[in-house]
Amino acid sequence: MSLLSIQNLSLSIYGLDILRDVTLSIAAGEIVAITGESGSGKSLTALAAMQLLPKGTQTKGRIMLGETDLTQQDEKTLCGIRGNDIGMVFQEPMTALNPVQTIGAQVAETIRIHDRSISRAAAEIRAAETLTRVGLPQDRFPLGRYPHELSGGQRQRVVIAMAIALRPRLLIADEPTTALDVTTQAQILDLLKHLARADGMGLMMITHDLAVVADMADRITVMREGEVVEEGETRHLLRHMNHPYTRMLFAASGHQVSLPEVAAQPPLLEVTNVSRDYRLPRTTLFSPAGHFRAVDDVSFTIHRGERLGLVGESGCGKSTLTRAVLGLEQVQSGTITLDGAPVFSGNAPNLAVRRKMQVVFQDPFGSFNPRHRVDRLVTEPFHLLPDPPVGADRTRAIDEALTAVGLTPADARKYIHEFSGGQRQRIAIARALIIRPELILFDEAVSALDVSVRAQILDLLAELCGTYDLTYLFISHDLSVVRTVTDRVLVMQSGKIVEEGPTAETFDNPQHPYTRSLIDAAPVLPQIHAAE
Amino acid sequence: MRRNLILGGMLSALFVLAALISFVWTPYDHVALNIPNKLQTPNAVHLLGTDHFGRDILSMIMVGARTSIAVALVAVGIGMGLGIPLGLWAAARQGSWLDELIMRGNDLVFAFPSIVIAILITAIFGAGAINAIIAIGIFNIPVFARITRGAALSLWQREFILAARVAGKSAARISVEHILPNVTNLLIVQGTIQFSLGILAEAALSYVGLGAQPPTPSWGRMLADAQTLVSIAPHMALVPGFAIILTVLGLNLMGDGLRDYLDPRLRVVRA
Amino acid sequence: MVRYTFKRLLSLLLSLAVASLVIFAVIEVAPGDPASFMLGMNAQPETLAALRTELGLDTSKVARYLAWVGGMLTGDFGTSYTYRTPVIGMVADRLWVSLPLALYALALSTAVAFPAGIFAASRRGQAGDISVMGATQLGVAIPNFWFAMMLVLIFAINLRWFAAGGFVGWDKGFWAGMHALTLPAIALALPQAAILARVMRSSLLDVLGEDFMRTARAKGLTERQALWRHGLRNALIPVLTIIGLQFSFLLAGSIIIEQVFYLPGLGRLVFQSISARDLIVVESVVMLLVFSVIVVNFLVDLAYAAVDPRLRSRS
Repeated sequence: MSLLSIQNLSLSIYGLDILRDVTLSIAAGEIVAITGESGSGKSLTALAAMQLLPKGTQTKGRIMLGETDLTQQDEKTLCGIRGNDIGMVFQEPMTALNPVQTIGAQVAETIRIHDRSISRAAAEIRAAETLTRVGLPQDRFPLGRYPHELSGGQRQRVVIAMAIALRPRLLIADEPTTALDVTTQAQILDLLKHLARADGMGLMMITHDLAVVADMADRITVMREGEVVEEGETRHLLRHMNHPYTRMLFAASGHQVSLPEVAAQPPLLEVTNVSRDYRLPRTTLFSPAGHFRAVDDVSFTIHRGERLGLVGESGCGKSTLTRAVLGLEQVQSGTITLDGAPVFSGNAPNLAVRRKMQVVFQDPFGSFNPRHRVDRLVTEPFHLLPDPPVGADRTRAIDEALTAVGLTPADARKYIHEFSGGQRQRIAIARALIIRPELILFDEAVSALDVSVRAQILDLLAELCGTYDLTYLFISHDLSVVRTVTDRVLVMQSGKIVEEGPTAETFDNPQHPYTRSLIDAAPVLPQIHAAE
Repeated sequence: MRRNLILGGMLSALFVLAALISFVWTPYDHVALNIPNKLQTPNAVHLLGTDHFGRDILSMIMVGARTSIAVALVAVGIGMGLGIPLGLWAAARQGSWLDELIMRGNDLVFAFPSIVIAILITAIFGAGAINAIIAIGIFNIPVFARITRGAALSLWQREFILAARVAGKSAARISVEHILPNVTNLLIVQGTIQFSLGILAEAALSYVGLGAQPPTPSWGRMLADAQTLVSIAPHMALVPGFAIILTVLGLNLMGDGLRDYLDPRLRVVRA
Repeated sequence: MVRYTFKRLLSLLLSLAVASLVIFAVIEVAPGDPASFMLGMNAQPETLAALRTELGLDTSKVARYLAWVGGMLTGDFGTSYTYRTPVIGMVADRLWVSLPLALYALALSTAVAFPAGIFAASRRGQAGDISVMGATQLGVAIPNFWFAMMLVLIFAINLRWFAAGGFVGWDKGFWAGMHALTLPAIALALPQAAILARVMRSSLLDVLGEDFMRTARAKGLTERQALWRHGLRNALIPVLTIIGLQFSFLLAGSIIIEQVFYLPGLGRLVFQSISARDLIVVESVVMLLVFSVIVVNFLVDLAYAAVDPRLRSRS
């Protein structure tokens, strides 16, 4: 008999059908991954297993934990099960912990709720043990620490500690590493795998990242729009995908584009010995303010027509470098020039130079003013032109830009909330292209998109490279994406460029230990052979 | 919550209408003394009764509405007119000495409750409606400044603001073109709240004699007059009291309704 | 924590200094010649000259300001022109009425608002929440001095449970004094309690939507347990700001309420002084009011740090 068996689960919220006839099971000690794109219902399936569904939810079907049907239990019994028999880890570690309680108290709480007789001291001892198990030993992370004193990865470990403190039979992890860096992600995934095996715990792993799935899971369940489309043992499923959606998903995950060849050209952007410092707030009243070096003596060149990648984890300085290149911030030393002209002259950004550069941002939902229409949004860069097109010329420019990215001129009259995430990124690219800049910076431009949408945007990028002869700097933490859309790559760590070289070569044969650790940590999607 | 918006809107409109109508017509002359008819409870002739001088209370309420609404309105105008730009400016220059100065200034003004400001002004310049407007208005400035700054700060973090900066737009231009339209809803709601608070504040100031002076009628002073007679003529205190309560209630309900009405439009539904 | 306290203390002193400058500027500088202002247009030149010397108007503004501040720091608030007694004496008596009244009202307001707000938040959308919201909507619309009149009408004149006005004095005993302050405190507390209940409710609802509440439920806590152990303390943080502001409103409100109940507090003193044009008294009372508000806000800042550990350390 399986540990957890979800049978024909259908779920609706205020009349809206979210899950339809979902069936899956997890055996003791088994790692099952539930995967799919946004809107597939995977998170809700997890919440259903914990019976932590939002108000207005109606369910049909059974959720069997061993012999018990969880849908039939009263709240008191369920409270006894949560944290004790089933533990759960959520996606956002930065907000998952109570900011005003110590980590020791929060971990101990799990223990004390389920065992009224245990003394505070005893509970704390067990909490300390659990924290050590998850990689937070007492000497460096005493129980009296507060969450704001820990990093994202460390906070996630605390959340895991809270979930496994009582050695539950099942652990549910809902996108536990999505918000974390590649190297931290690898550590957390290793931890989860190790705990599952050591405790004989079942692990329900929800993730959209197929590489992680292929790496970790014993069995895979693929969901789409509230239904299970396919499921099976990992190795088998990877070789014999039945459902077209599954095939599409895996194909999109490993999607490669081929960029048009470009002959050697003169340099366009030259960054020479650039350093950027930030002043830190004073620690005492009379000591001088300290400095934090976000970008440390960075030099690189982008030639015309070249597609350069920049990889690094959060905090490495890539955003600061991006802002410096755009001339949004002044640097303390070094020069940045585009076509020989400096991006920053005197005390102000040089707008004549800025005219030749544009940006595509990460967040498709936040990069547009919700109150403006698309035509106004797309023409924002016109402010940089000394003589922006008006009237018919302006309309023509808008139409051209929208058509180039695969949208229609009619879309110019709509508001941004009428578009999906992928469409918004297209509009963002249109905005970047409209004044025909020489250089475009893509700042994590596809990181927030679903896998299938991401593949489409990468295709669009390749197409535009052919049509417009683009030169760009592509910043991303996702190595597989960088591999396919760039010719050369820079690896950044703690403000410095630690390695540089042609993309394929650098990734296949990393020289610097940090690059090596990045490559090792990144889960790799196994080559999918053609389905039979 | 359409109900809130409609009900609140109607109540507020009622009193605004009464105030406007009073410019051309009131049932009786609100200053005409009529001692023989004094202290009448509400009846067919005087719909809301008469006061201790025989004056028709309904007429006094209608004309008094003018004072309350005018004072509260101008005070909100002062608060918004000065507070919103200050808030936008402070947010655009966050962390600088200007921001610090504006925040400290706000805190300082908050330390002077509007009654205290009114006392100060009255002590020097004498009592009157203008003083009430200035006192309440000054106090409104930090309210709007603080709210605007708070909302603007979170907007400055958004990527579309960064896009505008990349397009070479100045902080001032961004504040007007991008920030202001996105905080307008919040400010409208706060405006109705401050308006209702202004009505209460004006009433309080008139009650203690620091607001509009006779012969300008005011609800607050009607309550002061009613005080000694409350046991024998409770309607003299009840009527102006209810007028204040209903106007304030109407404005608050309208503010609540507006908040619900304006909010969902901006919310993005994510899968 | 020490560093934080030190910073807040500096802020307090700075605020006090600037406030005193503003008050001084308005009262002593703005009217031009305070002496003729106080004595009126028909004053004799000799009287004017005498008053000017007494007020020290022949010295520079800076010297006068420093003398005033110095005086206050040593407890000398000057001498009232109309009553010819030290202001400190007049004010001290009155302060013992106004301050307890404001604190009493604050206590009542908090005691009613917290349970009401928590109750409403825990029963969101249901009958309990709707009735609390309706009551508070009404509560914020009621002018406190009108409510005071109604209270007097019902409880003093009709039921005779309380006196209609006046203050017996603290020498008749603590409880006697409190009894006399009860109706005024209730009148003051009502609208503030309504506001505070709403703030408590919305703050709690915001917190209930936070991720860490979900984590708490996942550990096995019931909704109630999660609310009490995790939600409340976090919800308290914004509520504390409001309480600090409330005190300033309550102190201001007590000035008005005193008129309804004929209480011998700061309010009566200030209005009498305004009609008598006794600027010295007005100046001192205003300074005192502002001082108490600033001090209370300082205490609230300290309370913040006690509740929120993020403020105590530099991360």
